[in-house]
Amino acid sequence: MINKEEIENLTQAHEEDFILNVGPQHPSTHGVLRLKIKLQGETVVHIEPHLGYIHRSIEKMCEASSYRNFIYLTSRMDYLSAHINNQACAMAVEKGLQLEIPKRAKVIRILMSELTRLASHQLWWAATGLDLGATTPFFVGFRDREVIMDIFDETCGSRLTMDYNVPGGTMFDLHPNFQKNVHAFLKGFKKNLPEYHQLLSGNIIFQNRTKGVGYLSPEDAVSFGCSGPTARGSGVSCDIRKWHPYDGYEEVQFNEVLETAGDCYARYCVRMKEMEESVKIIEQLIDNIPEGDFQDKTKAVLKLPKGEFYSRVETARGELGVYLVSDGTSKPYRMKFRSPNFSNLSALRQIAVGGKIGDLVANMAMLDLVIPDIDR
Amino acid sequence: MKFLIEYIGTVLKSISSLWSGMRLTGYYFTHPKEIHTQQYPDNRATLTLGERFRGEVVLTHDENNEHKCTGCTSCELACPNGTIKIVYKNVVDEEETGKKKKAIDEFVYHLGMCTFCNLCIIACPTDAIKMSHDFEHSTFDRKSLTKILNKPGSKLMKGVE
Ligand code: SF4
Ligand code: SF4
Repeated sequence: MINKEEIENLTQAHEEDFILNVGPQHPSTHGVLRLKIKLQGETVVHIEPHLGYIHRSIEKMCEASSYRNFIYLTSRMDYLSAHINNQACAMAVEKGLQLEIPKRAKVIRILMSELTRLASHQLWWAATGLDLGATTPFFVGFRDREVIMDIFDETCGSRLTMDYNVPGGTMFDLHPNFQKNVHAFLKGFKKNLPEYHQLLSGNIIFQNRTKGVGYLSPEDAVSFGCSGPTARGSGVSCDIRKWHPYDGYEEVQFNEVLETAGDCYARYCVRMKEMEESVKIIEQLIDNIPEGDFQDKTKAVLKLPKGEFYSRVETARGELGVYLVSDGTSKPYRMKFRSPNFSNLSALRQIAVGGKIGDLVANMAMLDLVIPDIDR
Repeated sequence: MKFLIEYIGTVLKSISSLWSGMRLTGYYFTHPKEIHTQQYPDNRATLTLGERFRGEVVLTHDENNEHKCTGCTSCELACPNGTIKIVYKNVVDEEETGKKKKAIDEFVYHLGMCTFCNLCIIACPTDAIKMSHDFEHSTFDRKSLTKILNKPGSKLMKGVE
């Protein structure tokens, strides 16, 4: 479907205009996103994202599966925040069942979520370096991420799609080595974090490519529905962990990271500082995991009462909302996901139009898009 | 003049920040011990995986070729994407009652459809199935991904209901 605006934009192309197709198979789009770009010289004058190359109708599939099963489909949306997606769905079901999960399960969930966020930001940092022409960050970022993946492997059984949350708590208890390994990771990561700044943050070439590039005003960030580090880089306070604390986030001390510059470098700084905040949260909880059950006993077949249930969480990329309508049977009547990447992508035209084509890659990298989450 | 100074300053700063990045690269180049990479296909013999690692679903058999699956289909119902199919046959219970009773004929497992979510393992009341650590699943033929998990001639373990 080409809309009217696009037809006008494309048909009114001047002779010197150049239409460029980026994707759907392009290394800097990090997935199957296709961008139709109109250029005048090197300046981008119009961008039209085309979606749907990896649409799997996850929402519809959820409506055909039971309340226990649909959770695991959402690992395939934003696969870098798989655990946090699972948590959002489990929370929506728990809301319907009016279930208060055990304290231990809550702490485990927060710990896992923050580790997921760290792993996701590390991968983003690695890929950003690669996008902007530096190869070493890719290996440095993956080195630290690998340690987290091993922790997940040990406790959850898988590395990327953890599938660890169930309605009522978590699937297993923590592995006996969990605390030891997390301590080892924290020690190593805190030692390695200066390397991140040495390689990228302090690099003049990197700063010149990101400072003042891709400005997004706070008003635009709000009107496009941006969330997560993209909006916080423009000074919009939107951290769900602060505003609507869930699963015990109200009891941990951490700061919401805000930057006011609104450019690519600000978004970069937000994510770098968020890593430090995540480390802080993990440090507070890792030695104080309460004893007790890790799971509330639930029936084998879950039935939710009639009604609507909504849960929201802060994934590594922004706010994920899960809207669930139940008609009293064992399957959801309607599922709707409010995914952060979709809204963040809509700001791309605002920040990239008027800039140079070379800056587009920087803009894309700092939005940190995960394409399967856009298409679902 | 001012422009020239600024320009040269930027060039010098760029070189210094390039140098600081290259120093780190050089450090790891000269300290191969601190690199975490594993030489995967070569280290197959020593590769260890976590005990909860999800490779593929297997039906455990003991030395008498007996398994614990009663054919209750809990796993089939728990699976989100229809990976498991249990096919029945009627067998005569010779030793005790002599009556006909149901038993599994084939435990069909479509590996290509499995999302490794572990729900079937949790659902099984008799702990008949478990996750193996085998993860090298690539084949040339899609048909080989459909597996019959119960071994030929195997039967239900005594005392498992
Ligand atoms: S692991 Fe999940 S997808 Fe695979 S067979 Fe078991 S329940 Fe089905
Ligand atoms: S494997 Fe377990 S759950 Fe599946 S049919 Fe056999 S006994 Fe039932």
